[in-house]
Amino acid sequence: MGRNDLARHALGDNRPMSSTEPRLTALDALHRSLGATMTDFAGWDMPLRYGSERDEHNAVRTKAGLFDLSHMGEITVTGPQAAALLNFALVGNIASVAVGRARYTMICREDGGILDDLIVYRLAETEYMVVANASNAQVVLDALVERSAGFDAEVRDDRDAYALIAVQGPESPGILKSLTDADLDGLKYYAGLPGTVAGVPALIARTGYTGEDGFELFVKPEHAVELWQALTKAGEGVGLVPCGLSCRDTLRLEAGMPLYGHELSTELTPFDAGLGRVVKFEKEGDFVGRQALREALENLNHDVPRVLVGLIAEGRRVPRAGYAVVADGQVIGEVTSGAPSPTLGKPIAMAYVDAAYAAPGTSGVGVDIRGSHEPYEVVALPFYKRQK
Amino acid sequence: MSNPQQLRYSKEHEWLSGAEDGVSTVGITEHAANALGDVVFVQLPEVGDTVTAGETCGELESTKSVSDLYSPVSGEVTEVNEDVVNDPSLVNSAPFEGGWLFKVRVAEEPADLLSADEYTAFSAG
Repeated sequence: MGRNDLARHALGDNRPMSSTEPRLTALDALHRSLGATMTDFAGWDMPLRYGSERDEHNAVRTKAGLFDLSHMGEITVTGPQAAALLNFALVGNIASVAVGRARYTMICREDGGILDDLIVYRLAETEYMVVANASNAQVVLDALVERSAGFDAEVRDDRDAYALIAVQGPESPGILKSLTDADLDGLKYYAGLPGTVAGVPALIARTGYTGEDGFELFVKPEHAVELWQALTKAGEGVGLVPCGLSCRDTLRLEAGMPLYGHELSTELTPFDAGLGRVVKFEKEGDFVGRQALREALENLNHDVPRVLVGLIAEGRRVPRAGYAVVADGQVIGEVTSGAPSPTLGKPIAMAYVDAAYAAPGTSGVGVDIRGSHEPYEVVALPFYKRQK
Repeated sequence: MSNPQQLRYSKEHEWLSGAEDGVSTVGITEHAANALGDVVFVQLPEVGDTVTAGETCGELESTKSVSDLYSPVSGEVTEVNEDVVNDPSLVNSAPFEGGWLFKVRVAEEPADLLSADEYTAFSAG
């Protein structure tokens, strides 16, 4: 073990450390009392894991897990032209989202490059909440403010207005039901409604990033500890455990969900990432990136770029982001995310590979793991899909 | 966490047992295992390999990272722990016991290995 290795790798994230003091969530003292290993994530000091990340992962798949996601960036958009602004600023048809529903979407540059992937909740006819990745929240806020010129709409930085607690896993509906009168059975996937949980006002959303059923609860920071403790108590008998960002990453990877900075970047369009379905050319009016994205779509027909695929290891060595994918003695792609999969019991990865090697079952594909070519099976994403 | 008194420690977070018939056992400390998280893959030197103090002789992979394994002493590897190769979680569950990594016939020992108390202070700092 090298000291530098420990210092570098144990942090669990490859983003540069911020030069300023890390930001702390409202649950910081609670995490420390639970013995969490903390990590810098996009300038926030966040729980990486509390105990074994594999146990935390398995708890979410089979029982339930509790996450502090307060680093996520909330931006509120209000006003008579809130819908029109978001239709212009984002690639999705946000005006068509019903009140009480949510939409997965993206914000792109004029050249079609992805600035961030987002979940947008329509809270009222003229009020939306945009949730951005922590690492991109400022970029998204700046872009929305800039793009709001000429619209009768207000863009408000609400990053400090919310703590975000997620309860994920098959036991999560039962746990939440014991703490709220809200109609959870009527709350569909990608829906959100205001309610009261454990006496605390909350926006209750049926969303997540784990591949399981689950909820995300947006509350005022001063209510976060109270809500966390109530959820912990309600989940005591059914195996709820606190979960860190490490298992969140392996859960989303198994579920084939992209992570900005890995599968998504400004160098890629939504079409490059295999997520062209989020781009709605049919919506009314212009939107930022329309022309470039139209060209990207047309180019797909004759110039197939690299394709995002799943890889499953035949051996036990773990592929990491940036490792080369090889076949026939040539580099044919690059790993974007990789980890040991607790559910499959094998290392898995997402990778962009040349289209000729992207078909599931393509033989002779390997990953260059520090000089050694390890055999990998090409599979369709996701690796894991829950039984409904 | 407590570091066994009878072991000596490197600043790279390996431990070394006292020699029995000139052969010492090597592992990583509980502090290192905790910092790594769940270990999922262990690559060890082979029996007969010569290892050199302070140089890499294998690697440890956990969920989030891969780290080089450094030998705390120089000598010839006499045995490797096949149990830990088959079940790397032993490194986490019993770093000072069942999670040992390899045995080495010590040819030369660096002068700067730490006592348990020195290592405890070092790893807390």
